[in-house]
This record gives sequence, C-alpha cells and structure tokens, in this order.
Amino acid sequence: MIISQLGYYSLIFGLLTSIFIFFNSSIHLKKNNSVISDKLFGLIGFQFLFVFISFISLIYSFIISDFSNETVYNNSHTTKPLFYKITGTWGNHEGSLLLWLLVLTGVLLGFILKSRNEPNNYRLLTTLFQQIIVIGFFIFVLKTSNPFNEIFPVQTEGLGLNPILQDPALGIHPPILYLGYVGTSIIFSAALASMISNYVNKSWAKNIKFWILFSWIFLTGGILLGSIWAYYELGWGGFWFWDPVENVSLMPWLSLTALLHCIVTLEKRELLKKWTIVLCIITFALSMVGTFLVRSGILNSVHTFANDPSRGIYILTFLLFLVLLSFVIFIIFENKNFTQKSEIFILSKETAVLINNWFILYFLSVVLIGTIYPIFLDVILDEQISVGPPFYNKLILPFLIPFVLFMSIGPSMRWIKTNFKIGVKSFLAIVFTLILSFITVYYIGEKNIFVILLFVGFFYLLFKSLDQFREKTKNLAQIFSHTGFSLLLISILLNSFSSKEIVKNIRVGESFTLKNEKIIFKKISVEKEKNYESIIGFFDVLDEKNKIINLQPEIRIYNEPEMATSEASIKTTLFKDRFITINIIKDQNFFNVRYQHKPFMIWIWISTLIIMIGGIFAIFRKNKEVNI
Amino acid sequence: MTRMLMKSKILLTTKILIIVILIFFNLKNIAMASTFSEEQTINITKNLRCLICQGQTIHESNSDFAKSMKKYIKGELENGKTDEEIFSSLVEKYGQWIVYDPGISRNTLLLWALPLLLFLIGGAIIGIKILKKI
Amino acid sequence: MQFLEKTKKSIFSLIILILLIISFFVFKSALQKEKIYFPKMSENQIFTDFEVVELIEEKQINFNKVLFGKNFYLINIWSSWCEPCKDESDKLLELKNGTSIMMIGINYKDKKKNALNFLELYGDPFDQIFIDKQGTISINFGAYGVPETFLVNEDKKVLKKYIGPLNDEDVNEIKNITDN
Repeated sequence: MIISQLGYYSLIFGLLTSIFIFFNSSIHLKKNNSVISDKLFGLIGFQFLFVFISFISLIYSFIISDFSNETVYNNSHTTKPLFYKITGTWGNHEGSLLLWLLVLTGVLLGFILKSRNEPNNYRLLTTLFQQIIVIGFFIFVLKTSNPFNEIFPVQTEGLGLNPILQDPALGIHPPILYLGYVGTSIIFSAALASMISNYVNKSWAKNIKFWILFSWIFLTGGILLGSIWAYYELGWGGFWFWDPVENVSLMPWLSLTALLHCIVTLEKRELLKKWTIVLCIITFALSMVGTFLVRSGILNSVHTFANDPSRGIYILTFLLFLVLLSFVIFIIFENKNFTQKSEIFILSKETAVLINNWFILYFLSVVLIGTIYPIFLDVILDEQISVGPPFYNKLILPFLIPFVLFMSIGPSMRWIKTNFKIGVKSFLAIVFTLILSFITVYYIGEKNIFVILLFVGFFYLLFKSLDQFREKTKNLAQIFSHTGFSLLLISILLNSFSSKEIVKNIRVGESFTLKNEKIIFKKISVEKEKNYESIIGFFDVLDEKNKIINLQPEIRIYNEPEMATSEASIKTTLFKDRFITINIIKDQNFFNVRYQHKPFMIWIWISTLIIMIGGIFAIFRKNKEVNI
Repeated sequence: MTRMLMKSKILLTTKILIIVILIFFNLKNIAMASTFSEEQTINITKNLRCLICQGQTIHESNSDFAKSMKKYIKGELENGKTDEEIFSSLVEKYGQWIVYDPGISRNTLLLWALPLLLFLIGGAIIGIKILKKI
Repeated sequence: MQFLEKTKKSIFSLIILILLIISFFVFKSALQKEKIYFPKMSENQIFTDFEVVELIEEKQINFNKVLFGKNFYLINIWSSWCEPCKDESDKLLELKNGTSIMMIGINYKDKKKNALNFLELYGDPFDQIFIDKQGTISINFGAYGVPETFLVNEDKKVLKKYIGPLNDEDVNEIKNITDN
C-alpha cells in the first residue's frame, strides 16, 4: 500500500524533473555554458531513478499481491508462480506503459553518458526533444493509465493473468521488444537535434550508429521471442501470421534496417544526409503508429490488450504533434544542412545501399498499407475487408528474388567506384547454388518455376555471404547478418513448403499415420498444479526406423481467470519439429488431435540469432577503416 | 460520360495489369484444383477468417462455427465445387471480410496498386539521382 | 530555376501535410467505429436447394419446398443449450400468435430430447422445425452463431437479419414490415 503510494509520487517527481529539465535545457541552449549543462545532465540520472523506483514499486506490489492496487488486482492472483507475478507487471496496459517510460528515460541517460565528446548544443537539443516525448508519456500514464490507482474496499484476491500470457518467452518478450521499439525515440530526438545544431556529418553518424544498432538488435530479439511464443503457445504451429500486431513490430524493424545501411554511407561518404534524417523520423513515427494501433484497440487481432478510446485519441494527437514538429523542423533547417558535393557512381556501394533502401522501403509500404488500408476503407466507404497472408505473399515474394540478388552483389562493391571483374570464384558460387537448389527442389518435389527461382536466389545469397569469410578485411557484422538472413529465408521457405499435418478425432488406444509414422494415443491422465488443472495426453510416435518418440500435449484449465489453454508438445530435431496438440470435444470421449511435421523449425530461430550476432559484432567493431 | 468511360477504362487496364503480374507469380494455384484432398480443405480454411475469434483463421480456430465451416467446406468439395465457387458463395453470405485474400476489386484496387506505384516512384527517384549525378 | 525548385518543394510539403491531417481524422473516426465485425445482409436470394430433416418426424425434405406459399418466413436458429434463446422465446411466441408469418426453426447442434424439453418448457413458436446437427445448414443462410433470425420474403430475399436474441424493437419492426 505504502509502496504503491511511493511509486505514484515517484512518478510525479519524475514528471516535475522532466519539465524542469525541459525548460532549463532551452535556457542553457542560449547561454551555451558547458558547466551548467553538466548539472542538467545529472538531473537526467535522477529522472531515470524516479521512474525506476516507480517501476520497482509496481513489481513489488505484484510480488506481494497488493490488491489495494487496481492494476495488481486486475492482473494478478496469489496462486500464480513468482515468475509470472513479476512478468505480470508488464503484461498489462498500465504496467507496460511504465516500462515504456523506463526505457524512454533510460535510453536518454545512456545517450548522455555515451556522448560526452559530442558538441554541447547537440546534446542539449537531443535532451530537449527526448523530454518532449517523455513529458507526453508521463502525462499519458498519469492521466489515462495510472498503474497505481487504488481500489476500495481492498480485495482479498485478484482476477488473475490471462493464461496464454503465462509463458516464459512472453514473460521476457516485452522488455526486450521495448528496448528496441522505444529505443528508436533517441534516434528521432538526436536526428532533430543534429539538424538544428548543423551536425549532420560523419561524427554524428558514428555517434547515432550505436543507438540504431542497439534498437535494431533488441527489436530483432523481441520479434524472435514473440514468434517463438506464438509457435509454442497459440497451438497451431505457425510463427508469423501477418497479424496487425506483428506487422506493427515489423515496420520499425524494416525502417531500422534501411537506416542501418544508410548511416554507414553517411559515416563513410557524407552522402544521403536528407534521406537518413527522414528515415530516423519515420522509424520513430512508425513505433508511435504501432503503439497507437495496438493500444487504442482499433485493430481486430489475436493479441489482446485492454483498451479504451480516450487513450487512443491521446496517443493519436501526440503522434500528430510529434510528426508535425519534425516536419516543420525539417523544412526550416533543410537547406542549411544538406549540401552534398560528392557524386554517386553507378557501380558503387552507395548505389547498392540505395537499392537496398528502395526494396526495404517497398516491403515497408506493403506492410504499412496492408495494415492500415482496411481501417481507411472501413471509415471512408464503410466496407470491411481482411488483408491476410495471401496479400503479403503475393506482393513481397516476387520482389525477394531481385532483392536477394542485389544483396548478394552489394557487399562486394567498393565505396565511390567499383571495377567489376567476373572471376572463377563467382562462377563457382553460381554452380554451387544451382546444384543445391536442384537437390532441394527435387527433395521437396516442388515443380513451380517461381519457387525454384526463390531457392536459387536464397542459396546464391548464402554462398556469396559465406564466400566473404575468405576475404582479408572481412566485415563479420555484415557476413553474419547476411548469412543469417539467407538461412532464415531458406528455412521459412522449406518450412512452408514441406510442412505436413493431420487432424483426427480419436479415442484413447486408437492410432493414425502421417507419412511413414504411426501415432498411437496411449492414455490420458489428469494432474493438479498450483494454478491450473492439466489433462495430459500420452502419445507414442513410431518413426520410419521404428524408434519411439514420446509426446505429451496438455490441456490446461486455469482457475483464475477460468480458461482452458492447449499446450503443444514439441520434439525438435535438426531437420524437423514434431508438433502435437489436443483439444476436448464437447460431451464425447473423443479428442481432437492435430499432429504436424514442421521442417527446419529450429533453423528459423537459429538464423534469427545469427542475424542478431551480426548486429552485436557491428557494435563492438571499433571504428576500423574497413568496408562494411 | 466520356470521363466516366475513361475512368473505367483506366480501372480496367490497371486491373488487368495487376492480374497479369499476379498470375505470373502464382502459377501454383492454377496447377492444383480438380481432385479434392485433405490438403485442399486446409488450403481453403487457411484463407478464411473466423467470425467468432476474429483474428484467427477457420483452420486454426476451435470455435463451434469454425468446426461447422470445416465440415461445410468438405461437403462442398465432395459436391464437386471448385475453390473459387466456395469462396465466392461464402463472400456472398458473410462479406468480403471472411477471406484473407482481399482480391482485386473496386474497393481494393488502391491496396494492390499503391505499393507497386511507390516502388516505381522510388526506382525513378533513385535512377534520376544516380544518372544525373546530383 | 530556383523558383521552380521552391514551388515543387512547397507543393510536395503541402501534399504530405494534407495526407497527415486526413490520416489523423480517419484514425480518429475509426476509434469510434465498431471493432467487431458483423456480416452485412446479402441482397441476393438465400440458397435453399438443400435437404433438411424435420426434428420431430425425422423426414427429409428439400428446403425449397419449405419456403412455399406464404408471403413472409421467419427463420430462427436456436438451441436448447443457448441461454439467450430462452430470453427470446416469448418474443417468438408473440410473433407466431400476432402475425401470419411462417415460423421456421433451425435446431442448431442439439440433442432431440433436450430440444423437445426446451419447447415444452418455453413454448413452441414454430410451424416447422428442422435439425442442423453439423451446423452446416446455418452456414447456408450465412449465420455464424445462435440465436440468429432471418426475415425472408416470398422471393427468398432476406429483408432483415438479427444477430443475437430478438428484443421488443425487433418484434415491432418485423410486425411493421409484414403488415404492409
């Protein structure tokens, strides 16, 4: 109770500090006095501390199940395991917004600490813009989503956390995702600041590159965890559904990826200044659009979030304000900054980056338009449509072929100008590609020319990326991410083309077959756990070599809130996952059994990790003069 | 009058253009069909949105409605209906909303054309930038 | 030249500005809209060329023959396990006694015994009842749950469709339509 109060007042102090910092930084901007600025930057530490205290006290309230707190009452329960009590803190709207604030102030603190050698004005201006965002969210939290609301009379038991959110991957998914998603705010603030302080140059690129990589790595990790959760928990064996909520996290990722390539060009060649700034603004704007779409409840999605329209209006207005602000600043300071003298040659890395951006922005526009078009159509013409996987597949897949081809050639381009030689090596790569594609296509029995082309493209990218390991001045960051990306595409393609599944209604003792495997339903048992009761089905799978594999899918019936979830049982091998789920059929002793072969599933996770490792290499690569 | 005609002509040509592009990359869907199989049912139900748990496909959903829908589609396939006929009769009953593939129509023309248009514009800008050597 | 460049830029900015403002208002009005999708009424005839089985006598009949000889038909999808169906039963009785509409019940995913019990308890408002064991007959009408009610005219066109239990307003509306 007292702790909850502490959290609330700490938030208010945080807001006051923000306002103080905001006004003082604008005053200091005029004086340009570095001594006073240092004190101001110290205050940023305090601001972070206030939010941190507030966040910790909310976690504490969750741990001790303080049901005088409305958020705890609505989302927790005494019988929940400790881990889920803690993760429940950010598994709801109010708590997750507090996490937003924590990351917002955290990245600002990190930025200030990491930018000691940057111009004072640039640091002050970045602080100023970040404070605008911080204040906006402070008010949002306190006004519409206060996590420390009290309820009276105090309840003895809470309502519990939605069981499908009680999962380890989803427990850590929000903090990781938010570090990336909200981390983009500092890129936005710094971009505006660099424009005003006339600092859009090589050193700025070096400074902000860290934060772009930081956001990108965490966002990749967040998306990965979300997909793993969907695969395990939603129980139908998919990992990506082109659901609006997923798209919303993919959009900033795409624009960050484009930005990542741009910022290097700016760093090396002082080119694409205007475009880089635009991308910085777009990236954060997309994060905000995503927040708006998810929190306002405007979307109709599998991923639920409590919502109410007044919150939607607030974020929407704030979003418009931020976009207009950056728009005005961009127009005013545009001509001051962007005189570029260097030229771009057709055969150069600059061109490769431009082509990369061209395709990525196209993919981004497909996702963005696919996500918001139904909303526009509904409002303007009152017609309802669904935009699902077929739309994205049709518009994205054909463009992946040229994209991966450019991606294969791009890294071997040099800055400024490249003299292209076609040697024996590149010929070998093509031969390898064709052989491997032929084997793969033959193996999965796919005769469609388009699928074959996709495989050829993806394998070519894989070989070209691996080929760079032999180079003297190798760029591990790029090799890893590109190799990871090609592996990811190959695994996804293989996975979607050779997945097999069978759905049967059977009783205990019965069996069925899929390909050369026999699946036997051995028995059923009921067990009582702390906060749920579980019905476990025991299955034996006899594979081609008559080896027995045990699978134990579950149906969990949670007590608070009362709800049944289906837990998949998955046996992973390097080549395929065996995936089984069961469901109860009403009033009958049959069970609905769904058994699936999901080939190369683990490679989807591994390759995403490899992509992230590439990003980590890029962070730790000390600015050696190497080609990226 | 002529303007109306022009408009519909433009509409038609864009429509044909998009269809040609899509057909080129979508040979697979034409190759299959005819014989009815378990896989065909799955392919159809994966493209249908469930009205009970809105956000899931019929294939994934375990709601009563989804179960009936699966049986209904099996029945229709056994009666010799093609995928197209099944889709169009369901759209007729439940609205365009029920299919995940928005298809090309007056309402969705922009949905398909806008990204492709942006791609062309982007290409033009980059082309000018490099060739003009600004 | 520079002037041209400048106009080009301001036109471009203006377009972006207008797009932003339009998007703002579109999103704003989208917030007020119903998020859950309800299928609209189809303007075409309903599909009736399928076989149905009667609940009581278990005789098979083509549904085409059921919709014959009256001006208006009310097709009501119900089930004994459906709670809201209990609430609307007296509304249906009121329609049966107060109008000349032919009342057709579709018993959705039910057991015969339970269905008959239900009718005994809450009254039988139907002229004819057919069973829909699999739920596929309801899909023929474009329904997706219980209860759902369709008012159909002699041309087999759906005049009104009610998702969820009927209320007094709906009953009055149906009466108004069928009286004229």
